[in-house]
Amino acid sequence: MAQVRLDQIQKTYPNGFKAIHGVDVEIAEGEFIVLVGPSGCGKSTLLRMIAGLETVTEGTMSIGDRVVNDLEPADRDIAMVFQNYALYPHMNVFDNMAYGLKIRGLAKAEIETRVKKAAEILELTDEQLTRKPRQLSGGQRQRVAMGRAIVREPSVFLFDEPLSNLDAKLRVQMRVEIKRLQERLGITSVYVTHDQVEAMTLGHRLIVLNAGVVEQLGTPIELYERPASVFVAGFIGSPSMNFAAAKTADDGRTVQLGGAEFALPDGIFTDTADRDVILGIRPEDLTLAAGNDSATTMTASLVEHLGADTLVHGYFGTDRSDMTIRLGGFHHIADGDALALQVVPEKIHLFDPETEKRLG
Amino acid sequence: MVENRPMVTLISHIVLILGVLTIAFPIWITFVAATHDAVRMVQIPLPLWPGGMFFENLEQALLKGIEGATGLGVGFMLLNSLVMALMIACGKIAISLLSAFAIVYFRFPFRMGFFWMIFITLMLPVEVRIIPTFEVVANLGMLNTYWGLSIPLIASATATFMFRQTFLTIPDELLEAARIDGAGPMQFFKDILLPMSRTNIAALFVILFIYGWNQYLWPLLVTTDRDMYTIVMGIKQLLEAAEQAPEWNIIMMTTLLAMLPPVAVVVFMQKLFVKGLTETEK
Repeated sequence: MAQVRLDQIQKTYPNGFKAIHGVDVEIAEGEFIVLVGPSGCGKSTLLRMIAGLETVTEGTMSIGDRVVNDLEPADRDIAMVFQNYALYPHMNVFDNMAYGLKIRGLAKAEIETRVKKAAEILELTDEQLTRKPRQLSGGQRQRVAMGRAIVREPSVFLFDEPLSNLDAKLRVQMRVEIKRLQERLGITSVYVTHDQVEAMTLGHRLIVLNAGVVEQLGTPIELYERPASVFVAGFIGSPSMNFAAAKTADDGRTVQLGGAEFALPDGIFTDTADRDVILGIRPEDLTLAAGNDSATTMTASLVEHLGADTLVHGYFGTDRSDMTIRLGGFHHIADGDALALQVVPEKIHLFDPETEKRLG
Repeated sequence: MVENRPMVTLISHIVLILGVLTIAFPIWITFVAATHDAVRMVQIPLPLWPGGMFFENLEQALLKGIEGATGLGVGFMLLNSLVMALMIACGKIAISLLSAFAIVYFRFPFRMGFFWMIFITLMLPVEVRIIPTFEVVANLGMLNTYWGLSIPLIASATATFMFRQTFLTIPDELLEAARIDGAGPMQFFKDILLPMSRTNIAALFVILFIYGWNQYLWPLLVTTDRDMYTIVMGIKQLLEAAEQAPEWNIIMMTTLLAMLPPVAVVVFMQKLFVKGLTETEK
C-alpha cells in the first residue's frame, strides 16, 4: 500500500498534441480513485503515465516515497488490469498469473501459494487454472486478469476500463466484485472508466477529466450535489441534468425561464442579480406540485414509461429548451398536458454562461 | 457455395483426378524405373510396373554410384543437402525473427528506412549477385564449407516481412502486460513472441527447407571438393557419365531419394503448415 502523488503532471506528444494539462492529485493510502470522462479526454493516458507505459513530459509523479518518473513499469510496484485483459494466449491460467513472479525470481513454492490464494479469492477452480485463456468466458478472463494483478501484491492497482468488454449483466456483477475486492485487500486503486455509473458506485473520490484538464475532484456525492461546471453537471447523473439559458431577477432572489419562475435559496448565490445564467436542474429534483397554482408550469411534449420511473420531456412557457423530469412510478400524462412543478431552492444550480463554471 | 448438382460434382472430380494424375504419373515412372536393371531401362517401351531390382539399385545409388560419373554413392550427398537445407531454414528463421522483432518493437532512427532496405533485397536473389557474393565467400575462405553453402542464402526479406506482419497482429497490451510483469525485451521475445509465432515458424520452415534443399546453382559454384557435393548436383552429374549410356535405374533411384526429405517435411508438418498460413486468431 502506498499513496500516489501527481504534481503538475503534463503530457505532450512528440507531434505537439497536449494530452494532459497539469494534473495535481494526491491519492491516499487504500483509496479508490476513479478517473472518469468522455473518450479522448486523456484519462487512459494519465493512467498509463502512472503505470509507466507513457513518459511524463513535465511534473513529478510519486508512488509511496519514491519519485517514479523515470522508473520502468516493473519497478513501480504497480499492477494493471487491461481493457482486453491482455492475457498471454499460449500460457494456461496458472502460468499467466505466475509469469511476473517467475521473472522476479520468486521460489516455486511461494509462487504456488500466491497463485492458489489469488485463485481462491477470485473463486477460480483448480481445473480452470490449467485452461488456456481462450477456453474461458469473458468474466473468467476478467478474473484471471485481476488474479495476475493480485499475485504481485502491489502497492497500487491500476484498472483501464476493465469492464467495458463484458455484457451489461456481468458488468454489474463484476463491478460489485471489484469493489468488494478492493475493500478486502485495501490496496490503493486507480480506475479508469467512461461510464459514470461505474464511477459513482466504485470510487471513494472521482476525478472528472475533460480535454486533459481536471474539471472537478471530489466524492461522488459532492460531484452530484455541487458540480463545479456545466461539463461535470451534465456528465454525472442519468438522465443528465437539464440546462437552459435563463435570467435572474433584479433582486437576485429568483431565476426566470420562459415566464416560469424558480426561487433561489438564501445566502448561497451572491452577485447573481439581473444577469444571464445557465440554469441547471436535475430531472429527479423537479416534482409535481400539490396545487395547480404553481409559478412553474411545464408543457409535456413526450412521455417515456420505464416502469419504475416515468420520464416526461417538456418545456416551460415560451422557452423552447427541452427539459426532462423524472417521476417515480407510473403517471397518466399525455402529450400537451400542463404540469405544475416545484423545486427545492437548494437543488437549483446556476452556471456562468461565459466560463460555464458554477456560480455560488 | 453449397450446391448439390451431380454433374458439377462429377466434373470437378474428373478435373481433380486429372490434376492428381498429372503430378503423380511422372513420380510413378520414376519409382518404376528405380526398380528395374539398366538393360531393361533402355528398351522400348518403358516399363509401367515395378521390377525386382529395388534394393540392388538402392544399394548401388547410396554406396557405389555410377562408374565414369562421380563414381561415388549419394549417401553423403544426402547428408550434405540435409545440413545445408537445415542451416538455411534455421538461419533464415532466426535472422528474420530477430530483424522483424527489431523493426516492430524498437523505435530507432531510420527504422522504416532499414525495413525498406531489407525489403528491397527481394529484388536481389543469389542469381543476380552471384559474382560479388562468390568473391566475398571466396575471400572469407568459405569455399567447400557448409558455411559457404548456406550463409549467402540466409538473409531473407520474405520471412522478415512475414514475421513483421505476424508481430503487428499481436496486441500492444501484451507487450505492456509483459513490461509490467518485468520482462525485458529478450524475455518478451522468448516467452511471448516465439510461442505465439510457433505456427508461422513451422510454415516458414517447410517452405525454406524445400528452398534450401532444391538449391542447385549456388552449391555448384562454391563446391569443388567432391565431399561437399549436394544431392541435387549429384543427379546432374550422374547424367554426365562419360562415354556410357545413362544408367536410368540408378539416376531415378537417386531422384527418388532426393525427393524423400522434402516430402517427409511436408507430410509431417502439414497440419502446422496450414495453420501457420491461415490462422488469424491470436
